[in-house]
Amino acid sequence: MVSTALGRPEAVPARKPRGRSTRRFSIGKGVAWLYIIVILVVTVFPFYWMLRTALSNNYSLITNPGSFLPVDFTWGAFGRVLGIASAEQSLAEGGSGASIQIAHFLLNSVIYATVSTVSIVFFSTLAAYAFSRLRWKGRELMFSLFLAALMVPGILTLLPNFVLVKDLGLLNTFAGMILPGALFSAFNIFFLRQFMLGLSEEIEEAALIDGAGRLRVLFQITLPMTSGPIITLSILGFITAWNDYFWPLLVTSDDSVRPLTLALAVFKQSSPQASPDWAGLMAATLVAALPMLILFMVFGKRIVNSIGFTGLK
Amino acid sequence: MLIAPALIGFVVFAVYPTLRGIYLSFTDFKVLSPPTWTGLENFQRLLGDQVFWSSLGVTVYFVVLSVVIGMSLSVVTAVVLHRLTSSTVIRGIIILPFLISGVVAATTWSWMLDSQLGIVNQLIEQLTGEPILFLGSRAWAIPSIALISVWKSMGYTAIIVFAGLQTIPPSIYEAGRIDGASELQMFRRLTLPLLRPVLAMVLVLTVIGAFQVFDIVAVTTKGGPANASNVLQMYIYDKAFGQFDFGYGATMSLALFAMLIVITFLQMRLMRASESDTN
Repeated sequence: MVSTALGRPEAVPARKPRGRSTRRFSIGKGVAWLYIIVILVVTVFPFYWMLRTALSNNYSLITNPGSFLPVDFTWGAFGRVLGIASAEQSLAEGGSGASIQIAHFLLNSVIYATVSTVSIVFFSTLAAYAFSRLRWKGRELMFSLFLAALMVPGILTLLPNFVLVKDLGLLNTFAGMILPGALFSAFNIFFLRQFMLGLSEEIEEAALIDGAGRLRVLFQITLPMTSGPIITLSILGFITAWNDYFWPLLVTSDDSVRPLTLALAVFKQSSPQASPDWAGLMAATLVAALPMLILFMVFGKRIVNSIGFTGLK
Repeated sequence: MLIAPALIGFVVFAVYPTLRGIYLSFTDFKVLSPPTWTGLENFQRLLGDQVFWSSLGVTVYFVVLSVVIGMSLSVVTAVVLHRLTSSTVIRGIIILPFLISGVVAATTWSWMLDSQLGIVNQLIEQLTGEPILFLGSRAWAIPSIALISVWKSMGYTAIIVFAGLQTIPPSIYEAGRIDGASELQMFRRLTLPLLRPVLAMVLVLTVIGAFQVFDIVAVTTKGGPANASNVLQMYIYDKAFGQFDFGYGATMSLALFAMLIVITFLQMRLMRASESDTN
């Protein structure tokens, strides 16, 4: 039994280790914990820095850039970003005078992410049920074709899909943004099919014998039993859609349907090069990240397990 | 039929665009006028396009940096966490950056790396007296973008590797300990070989993802300074949507796709080939 990862492997046997309690003080463990602490600090620090900057007065930031506390504390940046502050007020605190209609973009993001997620998970469930429970001609062939789609990276289909959406006259609409990803996801179908294959069919067969229709069996028996993976895929899908940047960038041309991620990038790119409104920008990033952080507070454990779970399939 | 919606989505938004993308790459499509067939012209142009080759170089540089650093940190973090604690809270904190968008991460880091007021440069100036132009210099642009990318995805990868570690039965380590193996030996002789399938999958996915990096670059440098961080996806976007040269954009996408297939295939082969000599 060797407890130290670094050096002196021979030192231990003399004092007969008794499980964990003796290992606790080893150098190896100390180094390992130190490493974890560094990783945690580097991970969390940028979030703290967003908050610290967002609560600072943008003019005063220059006077004390290294301060670990907000400089000249004010809620002004949030006021500017949310469009509450008047133009004079925002200029006085170092804003650019420009604001970002956060509420509007937030709503766009909610619509985009929610509709995309609900739709793709729903249709994937239907397809997974057909692949795992129904017998039909060409099933295996179709399934292999679907799997092949997993290999094609987005870049190849992005431009043609843009042209398609344009031809359909759906540019700059929610439909155009959502539709290409709303019906088919090879990964979701594969993932749900694997899970459904592992479920016992007995209850379903009993229900069928009792005269329930296929759809009724699917919605009242299979679906509730599959709720775990469905929630997993929904959470991951929602995160992906919420953070999506490239596709909305291609198909939107003005603010009417743009999601928050995109609006934030535009806000960042349009801020003056010479002296950007960093406090305002950080307030905006915080607002953009907030829904994900809340999701994390509520589903944290579930998200952690989901990621590990999907990675192993 | 239940499969109909997925099938329609598959045909209309996956198969059809793939075929159309291949077709468009042989045309001079400019969005406003219908495409005309130009044969291999785009491919010849590609071979002689200096910017394409330089952005391929930039992309490969980014992929190597971000994948090597990212994978090493993820594996070490996962292994260390696995040996120390099963705390979900710590694992939760580590994936926080994965939850936010690339745009949010890039905006925050471009503030922290700002040459005058950024906190990172404040600290560096105190140590060396000289600020580093992280995102504004040719030498630092790609390493900085790689750093942001690693920060954002490291935890996510670590959690997948961690889940892989949990599938290794503890009895194997017990046996290793009885045989007198050190932690480092056990890591090299037991953990790494047993993790190979998970690592292979994660590696393939990270490489494919890294080749398509876009949002961090778009927010921080827009490909600059002087094309120093002009990654392929940025160049394709610029050609297709900045200059409406869709045919050529499609050609480059196809080239990127072909490279990804070859790389994925090679990675799979390498991972499989080295499987036999470790056991």
